[in-house]
Amino acid sequence: MKCAVIMFPGSNCDVDCYHACRDVLGQPTEYVFHKEKFSSVDFDLIVLPGGFSYGDYLRAGAIARFSPAMESVIKAAEAGKLILGICNGFQILLEAKLLPGAMKRNRDLKFHCHDVFLRVENNNTPFTGLYKKGEIIKVPIAHGEGNYFADRDTMEKLKARGGVVFTYCDRDGNVTEEANPNGSVENIAGIVSEQGNVLGMMPHPERCAEDILGNTDGRRVFESILQYVEGSVAHGR
Amino acid sequence: MIINARINVRFKSGVLDPQGTAIKGALKHLGFDGVEDVRVGKLIEIKLDAASKEDAEGQIKDMCEKLLANPVIEDYSFELS
Amino acid sequence: MAGRDDARKLGLADYEYDEIVKTLGREPNYLELGMYSVMWSEHCSYKNSKPVLKRFPTSGPRVLQGPGENAGIVDIGDNLAVVMKVESHNHPSAVEPYQGAATGVGGIIRDIFTMGARPVALLDSLRFGSLDDPRVKYLFSGVVSGIADYGNCMGIPTVGGEVYFDDSYRDNPLVNAMCVGIIQHDRIVKGRAAGVGNSVMLVGSTTGRDGMHGASFASEELSEDSVAKRPSVQVGDPFMEKLLLEACLELLQNKWVVGIQDLGAAGLTSSSCETAARAGSGIELDVALVPRREENMTPYEVMISESQERMLVIVEKGHEQDVKKIFEKWDLNAVKIGTVTDDGMLRVLENGTVVAEVPARSLADGAPSVKRESRKPDYMETLDVDLSSIKIPADLNDVLIKLLSSPNIASKAWVYQQYDHTVRTDTVVPPGSDAAVLRIKGTKKGIALTTDCNGYYCYLDPYEGGKQAVAEAARNLVVAGARPLAITDCLNFGNPEKPGVYYQFEKCVDGMAEAARYLNTPVISGNVSFYNETRENAIYPTPVVGMVGLLEDVEKRCTMAFKKEGDVVVLLGENTDELGGSVYLREVMGVKGGRPPRLNLDVEKRVQDCCLKAIELGLVHSAHDVSEGGLAVALAESCIAGNTGFSGEIETELRHDAVLFGEGQSRIIMSLPEENLSLIQKIAGESNVNISVLGFVKQGNFKIEVKHKGVNIGKIDIPVEEIAGIWGNAIRWKVEN
Repeated sequence: MKCAVIMFPGSNCDVDCYHACRDVLGQPTEYVFHKEKFSSVDFDLIVLPGGFSYGDYLRAGAIARFSPAMESVIKAAEAGKLILGICNGFQILLEAKLLPGAMKRNRDLKFHCHDVFLRVENNNTPFTGLYKKGEIIKVPIAHGEGNYFADRDTMEKLKARGGVVFTYCDRDGNVTEEANPNGSVENIAGIVSEQGNVLGMMPHPERCAEDILGNTDGRRVFESILQYVEGSVAHGR
Repeated sequence: MIINARINVRFKSGVLDPQGTAIKGALKHLGFDGVEDVRVGKLIEIKLDAASKEDAEGQIKDMCEKLLANPVIEDYSFELS
Repeated sequence: MAGRDDARKLGLADYEYDEIVKTLGREPNYLELGMYSVMWSEHCSYKNSKPVLKRFPTSGPRVLQGPGENAGIVDIGDNLAVVMKVESHNHPSAVEPYQGAATGVGGIIRDIFTMGARPVALLDSLRFGSLDDPRVKYLFSGVVSGIADYGNCMGIPTVGGEVYFDDSYRDNPLVNAMCVGIIQHDRIVKGRAAGVGNSVMLVGSTTGRDGMHGASFASEELSEDSVAKRPSVQVGDPFMEKLLLEACLELLQNKWVVGIQDLGAAGLTSSSCETAARAGSGIELDVALVPRREENMTPYEVMISESQERMLVIVEKGHEQDVKKIFEKWDLNAVKIGTVTDDGMLRVLENGTVVAEVPARSLADGAPSVKRESRKPDYMETLDVDLSSIKIPADLNDVLIKLLSSPNIASKAWVYQQYDHTVRTDTVVPPGSDAAVLRIKGTKKGIALTTDCNGYYCYLDPYEGGKQAVAEAARNLVVAGARPLAITDCLNFGNPEKPGVYYQFEKCVDGMAEAARYLNTPVISGNVSFYNETRENAIYPTPVVGMVGLLEDVEKRCTMAFKKEGDVVVLLGENTDELGGSVYLREVMGVKGGRPPRLNLDVEKRVQDCCLKAIELGLVHSAHDVSEGGLAVALAESCIAGNTGFSGEIETELRHDAVLFGEGQSRIIMSLPEENLSLIQKIAGESNVNISVLGFVKQGNFKIEVKHKGVNIGKIDIPVEEIAGIWGNAIRWKVEN
């Protein structure tokens, strides 16, 4: 599987995503600088990492979306390539309209860095195939603007097609107000596109993918992707 | 001609504004009991060289829709001088 | 020309003005005088502290760079080294907490990547007044968000630090930021302007009028009009700094880079004269070439502006375009503003006309040292407390709850959860334990980091307090399984012109120096911040110790959390009957004073060595330093962290409140499987360290009985969920209510 990690000015989880793809997963991985374009056939997985692209000035992700690399990302998405946006990467995907909705500042206006529990709502995606539906996993968050918003119509459509992939829940899997760290609509932590090939999530799976970090719950996001891509190749899809 | 544009971007009504909510709480705490609602927006000032006022208006509108406001959650308005 | 009156207005003393005239052989002009005034301020010149700082041990087999550069460097093997430095941003944070703290973080990060190192961690040592004061809440929240927004945007994890609350810091909070970087030995770059004809370039942000005279401002006492000085606080742009970081690290891969220096306090003036002075060269620069963000700036304003996120780069002649190319990639300015000369002068031009010309070395290092009077302050004569008059409370549960809810002991999660501490995926022991531990990818190694200082101990006894700060920092690293390597220090004191304050300063340094020598932890970088006082009240003497330690095998790291039911809990070291300086005596019993706990360095060293040996042999499941709140609080913290209970019994002849809540030094609690007990006892015996069994890790309550000759004399028995809730939320409740 060929992986790309896009480097926007202000990205800071680019090295972590690179490490997860190359060292943890053992797959060939390249950085793509935001001023570069690439072809859809170059990569199987394109990761939009976390950070503060363009300082998050104006709105998180708003400026990054206009970079040359994003033009290629949009084309790759149309060509069915897998796109994984984590944290700021999710915000960029929203601004680029590859995913529906928008992001606001956290309800309490504070940056939150701690573990949260997530419920896997949909395991029928290229990103979550190795999880069980309803499984509860622990993944760290680190963001100041993760308060997902979508209007009622959008929400209904999103839910109807199984677009909600992860929700914030408590230790026992209850999706409650207290378990919602940022005020997201219906505790949404991650969503997938209609075609199923674009995932955006606020929590950081790359930060919990190794034993030494004390938690490997995030690793299966990357392993699911690998399994899906290799399966696709094997089946000639 | 040089046109000065003042653009206001704010959350659409109905979208919960976390900053506005916090400021409202603080104002009440300070004794401003009459405060019913607070909305926080952004003021963006642009100095633009345009062919005409109509041209400027078109360009600013375009800027708002492409970048300055996010239509999913935000409205915008502007004045030119 | 500018005379003595101008000099006085700029904060220079008459003898300093005379020295300038003598050096120049003429009267200075106003620009020259302004440059001298910022460079000879305490903040830049250390004129009040230099002779005393010489008392620190600064060398050792692992020291690659001691004090005098932008940051210190210590070897960790495998061709790798740790670069570190701590710096204060107290005064700016007192008037504008958010920007003051943010730019403090920005400045210290630049000090690290200026050496060519990749910054990998931040720590912050903070002091505020009591959280009951609304203005203190504002300062506290503002400082924490300022640190968070800057560090988080940079993608450098903030992994540790400390927060204390005491009225002595009410109007003069302390904000000390520490940054740590990793570098390969052969990549170390220094701040030198060598090689006649080489180019001097300014890179990064544009120059404005922000932060004018910040260095002088930091060298004055705070007063009512300090708030009116708000404009002299700089505004930080972490996004710009992130680009600058990446661009500089890319630049520094090239051998044709001669030197690089951050523009911090005193901006272009300090960076140009310091790089020239270090290399024994001169610099000629033209202010007209400096990219500006404001119109009509005078040479004076350009030379002393403290606009953030700028660097001075010295490159071999002919490589200017290469520099521009790298910075253009990151959308940053890079402009040649001057050249290196061989005449030792800093010559400032404006459009080719000389507007200032002074010897670089005189500006950088020529401030006349001041020998301040030092006298033991009167208050120290009246500190004795008669402990026999203090009745031991009957309800010890209540005492423990009060201690755990003291903001000085309670969990600091409210603070560190606003800091991104997991970015870079190296944080293997996150904030909340005694020290943070980071792995170093590509090796088996790890580094442990901590900052420590108990300002109250230093107030009660500056010498013992200084010693204790170093010893506790080392102990915090040891319980994480690391060998202490080196210190960076931030010495925060009041007005050094007052003999009592100077006494505190000298004695703290002496105590720190003695401990640093004994524990083999040389001081490799640091910062002095004087004039931390308002009206008549000086802060407690607060010499913050930042320390780094090395784990050869990061898999052997240890934390404070009890891990396994049935594990036996032991105490290394001895309980004492000391209560002076304890949080218990002061906050629970309301008695201020007493002598802080004594520290015997020989005992300390043996306890630390024994603990480290036990951890390295893999014999223990947890280790935790006994500090504020004493043994009971230390045991409670290990329970809370491990989400488990404890049941124990202590037989003693001492006052039982001192045993439970006294802060006797050189004590460590460890938990271990019972089958390892005899081996640990043997190791302790061989190292001549006292070891005693305290009890067992046990689900359920937190329970201790203290007995004298078998008779129960005191008891704590309380559900762990209850103390966990109190300890975990005390600060949140204080701030948010």
